[in-house]
Amino acid sequence: MVDFGAEIATRTLPLAGAHGGSSVARLELAAPAERISLRVAAADVAALSAALGVDLPTEPKTSASANGRTAMWLGPDEWLVIADGPGEIGSGLMAEAAKASVPHSAADVSHRNTAILVSGPGAAATINTGCPQDLSLAAFPVGACSRTIFGKVEIVLLRTAEDVFRVEVWRSFSTYAFGLLAEGAGDAAL
Amino acid sequence: MLLIHCPYCEEDRSELEFRWAGEAHIARPDNIAAISDEEFAEYFFLRNNEKGLTYERWRHIHGCGRFFNAARDTVSDKFLMTYKAGLPKQPIPAETKAEAIAEEKTVETWEQMEGDAR
Repeated sequence: MVDFGAEIATRTLPLAGAHGGSSVARLELAAPAERISLRVAAADVAALSAALGVDLPTEPKTSASANGRTAMWLGPDEWLVIADGPGEIGSGLMAEAAKASVPHSAADVSHRNTAILVSGPGAAATINTGCPQDLSLAAFPVGACSRTIFGKVEIVLLRTAEDVFRVEVWRSFSTYAFGLLAEGAGDAAL
Repeated sequence: MLLIHCPYCEEDRSELEFRWAGEAHIARPDNIAAISDEEFAEYFFLRNNEKGLTYERWRHIHGCGRFFNAARDTVSDKFLMTYKAGLPKQPIPAETKAEAIAEEKTVETWEQMEGDAR
């Protein structure tokens, strides 16, 4: 039998090697991270919060971070939880969610999404190239998050600092999102 | 760009995040197997398509993902109010209604320009 070398397929990360940005906005690729899409009824939120070690926010457009996890409010019964610490993409979040003995739905979407970090004084202007939301600090403070639209693709936007945003996008749309962000970064510098 | 108030996000958002989802408050017959073909067609296919004030379902598809109800004026495209799915048909607040009708008079419709088609 022919030996094809490694038994395990080598993964090419989405956007591997992509670079872009301008004098006012830097575009960077976020490290691979573990993510789950979580659905749970209001009555059982506390049990899931305890299991995951982060309080699931219940106010619209808010997020919460604790123990290396960030939980983002997407809808009245829907959250995106990201383990943003270093470590392997495994089933850590899935296993912990499963410990909660209440009805819920957790789907591992670690490889469905990738993230682009947009930082710099022109970060908000760069994202507003394709996103209709008000990104002023009054309307979208640090820690605010929202599922929204960017050009033709859906993104989840999280403001991690005054001039830093995390753009979560489906991997198959990431080339488009990165391309439009690169154009936006150029325009923001004009 | 229209701003639509999402009752779940409790905020005005751009129309780009929303998707229209048909007429609101259409009740499914209790025993759908027992009704006649005409009654089924009435329930399933036929819609009022009213000019002016209509109650519609909208979905905040690129946001919280929830369906909700909206009262909209199809002449001026103005959203008079929105409220959560599952609630009964809500009356339009008198103030909003008066304002909407006043605004409607300034809209140049085809009928005003080309004669009275009604």
